[in-house]
Amino acid sequence: MNSNRPKNLDLTTIELPLPAKASILHRISGFALFFAVAFMLCALGASLESEQSFNELKEVMNGGLAKFITWGILSALGYHFVAGVKHLLMDMGIGETKESGRTGAIITLIAGVVVIVLAGVWVW
Amino acid sequence: MVNSVTNFGRSGLYDWVIQRLSAVILAIYTLFLFGFVVATPDLTFAEWHGLFSQVWMKVFSLAALISICAHAWVGMWTISTDYITGSTSLRFIFQLVMAGFLFTYLVWGIDILWSV
Repeated sequence: MNSNRPKNLDLTTIELPLPAKASILHRISGFALFFAVAFMLCALGASLESEQSFNELKEVMNGGLAKFITWGILSALGYHFVAGVKHLLMDMGIGETKESGRTGAIITLIAGVVVIVLAGVWVW
Repeated sequence: MVNSVTNFGRSGLYDWVIQRLSAVILAIYTLFLFGFVVATPDLTFAEWHGLFSQVWMKVFSLAALISICAHAWVGMWTISTDYITGSTSLRFIFQLVMAGFLFTYLVWGIDILWSV
């Protein structure tokens, strides 16, 4: 590889195009989900251990902080899901041009917002 | 370019396939669990425990758990090789910590699934 090729990777000087925004949010949500797995396993363990721990978990999940964390995890999961489906579609050659890539990014971002709002409605 | 010796299959194509296959498994599992919870309002412990007692559900859940580990490894490996390019040892330590998390998730998850 030619190591002398010019490059500008200073992201603060670049206005990211929409597909790039959809992409970096996919990465950020994935990074967050990595740590969210610990919360999910905690909840799964408590939900399956005994009837008592199941009911205690239900009680805990009614708390404000728990609801906020649940909403956060569902939001990350929902967005990662939507953006992941876009990825799989693009692997199949759908939405790969500049224009359709932009359209795909817009659809992904809108669908992401819808999922995040619906998750909030579901939790509260 | 960073050294790719720690990537999953020592090949980008192999990682690419693993990433997609695990994504599809996780998507189906997520939709299934979501569907089950929505279709079962006022979910009771007996219903929930009954679901996870089924052998097919244990197989399905274990497939999802392994998929999480593979999927997250490829994702975190990519993040580490994109951003931690200055120091090989720092990148290796990051990858080691990530692998530690995922191994813990795997054993923890198996313990939960097999205690049912």
